[in-house]
Amino acid sequence: MSRVALAASGAWKDRRRFLLSWFALPFSLVAALILGAVMTLVLGANPIVGYHALVNGAFAGSYNLGATAVKAAPLLLVGVGICVAFRANVLNIGGEGQLAMGGLASAATALALPNLPSIALIPLVLLAGALGGAFWGAIPGAFKAYFNVNEILSTIMLNLVAVQIMNWLLAGPMVDKTQNSTYGLIPETRLLPRASWMPILIANTQLHLGVLIAVVVAVGVWVLLYRTSFGFRLQAVGLSRDASKYAGMPVKRTMTLAMTISGAMCGLAGALLVFGSISHRMVTDGSLTGFTGSDGFNGIVVALFGALNPLWTIISAFLFGGLLVGGDALQVATGVPADMVTALEGLVVVFVVSLEYMRRRSRAMSVGAPGHLRTSETEIGEPATPLAATEGIGDP
Amino acid sequence: MSQFFTYAILTATVSAALGLATPFLLAALGETVGQRSGVINLGVDGIMLLSAFATYYTALKTNNLFFAILVGTGVGTVMGVITAFISVTLKAEQGISGIGIYLFGLGFSDLLFIKLVGTPLPITSLNSINIPLLDRIPAVGGMFFKQTILVYLAFLLVPVVTFVLNRTTFGMKIRAAGENPAAADSVGVNVTRIRWSTVLIGCTLAGLAGASLLLYDGIFQENLTQAEGFIAVALVYFGAWRPVGVMGGSVLYGLTIAVVLEWKSLAIIPLSASDLAATAPAVITILALLTVARRFRQPAALGKPYERGG
Repeated sequence: MSRVALAASGAWKDRRRFLLSWFALPFSLVAALILGAVMTLVLGANPIVGYHALVNGAFAGSYNLGATAVKAAPLLLVGVGICVAFRANVLNIGGEGQLAMGGLASAATALALPNLPSIALIPLVLLAGALGGAFWGAIPGAFKAYFNVNEILSTIMLNLVAVQIMNWLLAGPMVDKTQNSTYGLIPETRLLPRASWMPILIANTQLHLGVLIAVVVAVGVWVLLYRTSFGFRLQAVGLSRDASKYAGMPVKRTMTLAMTISGAMCGLAGALLVFGSISHRMVTDGSLTGFTGSDGFNGIVVALFGALNPLWTIISAFLFGGLLVGGDALQVATGVPADMVTALEGLVVVFVVSLEYMRRRSRAMSVGAPGHLRTSETEIGEPATPLAATEGIGDP
Repeated sequence: MSQFFTYAILTATVSAALGLATPFLLAALGETVGQRSGVINLGVDGIMLLSAFATYYTALKTNNLFFAILVGTGVGTVMGVITAFISVTLKAEQGISGIGIYLFGLGFSDLLFIKLVGTPLPITSLNSINIPLLDRIPAVGGMFFKQTILVYLAFLLVPVVTFVLNRTTFGMKIRAAGENPAAADSVGVNVTRIRWSTVLIGCTLAGLAGASLLLYDGIFQENLTQAEGFIAVALVYFGAWRPVGVMGGSVLYGLTIAVVLEWKSLAIIPLSASDLAATAPAVITILALLTVARRFRQPAALGKPYERGG
């Protein structure tokens, strides 16, 4: 091959690499939306009307924007938690259980301390939520680090355990006995003390303090991951356990800590679900997702779409929060059930992970230094670096 | 408590336990085949949901249960094509792509259910088949030999899968692809083709599992499986990648659910505490994972896409 042809093919490969880096994630969303439109058409509804209603329902006007932000806050926290675990090459599917444990711990704290003023109570309940989640995340973390237990399975099992414990507590010891229902008691707590409610930031919207807290935490976690030696250790462990061990890093402790932090984020999200709720109670309906609304799984989608970077995850959480809020408007406008959004989320995940392989390949093929030397993954530069560090995640 | 230990109730409980264990067993057997070849499929739950809905809808429209089971199983196979394409051909990260399949199945099955069915009606259930002579054995007959065809099929598959994995060339290729795909490739085993076929088998069985769950319940509802597909994946680890172990785990799950249901209906334990009792199998599974991780080795290439020269 002539030098010119070589240079040209190199340029093409570079361009393809560039395209895949920057557009793999948006492309995944667009492709999912197109498939969603096809489904809508097949179901006999107009996809343009549907998506228009969805976008309006999510982003038009301050009230809808507020609702989207409120939906996005727990998603963001769960997503950031997933990022932390993922960067250490541990896959946290336990968001659902950690949310429930965080919610329970924070609700119990608020109910036990009804007379504290807001300024003391709110930090306390958030701390309790984080601790509850951290505890539920530390278990699979330690099991993985010290006993080689596959974390995907242990977190899924712990989800089931947590939800059953929650159902038992909310229907039994923690149930609001004052409700006068002839059809049995709803599994919910008493009205939580007013001092523990998340203060509303903008009048006539649902926008509450929790949204601000979530964003601050996300930025804080970014600093932790990319600007501290702990974050460096965590990512080193994620990239190569053996090399980190050889370099003298406490690999097992770091993995356990990563899952503990991840759980703490999810627990904090659980507290937001409780204290940012409209009913100001902790409520479930007896189903697996009655309390969480699947946010433990939605958070995985959010983190993936945020390229496993806490800062991009902020945008991603807002986007998916909007999709979930707008789903109801979609249902009203076209009769296509809001479950469409869950199906779309699944498609986005499938596209993101599928494109990642092509991206990795085009990186490996592109001329010059190996991919990981050419881009700095420590900056908020190139967004699409989700799964580079995650090969062999099924390892016990 | 004493009323639980009566002849009739014990028989009914064990009989129900086998019916409840069947979806777990079918899905977990399929997952075992896939994992022995090195592929984790976390999308089982989503596939079961889609198949359960397909079975329900077909049964509702045609009143032909056999055809409904066929459609449900076929949906599993179709999802198998998608799963294999993503996990094997595109070499995507299996833990996460499975979550994608799960979310798609969860959302899409309920979307179709709300849109196409509206008011849910129960469908007729499968008749149980009494095995002649055996069904007349006291106690044992009522427990084991008055089941539906799907229960017999699931339990018959245990020795079949064991035989295929351990005693056939195909089984040897599967295990080779799961333990050392590069070595398998070097002696002419087509790793891609083997993994495609195991994923297809696994997803087809997941489809059958969804159909059997639906026919046991007789009606579809949102998130019908309640994470049964995820539990099935865990049961593969529980059984240390051996069909007999997987069967043990499935029966344990079925028994616990049946006992808790029975206790609830006999008011032996208060309604709320039955939630607590229902955590037992999950806790046992976690403890089993601890033991299995120490004593058994998972297929060496599990979860790792195979790339030539990579």
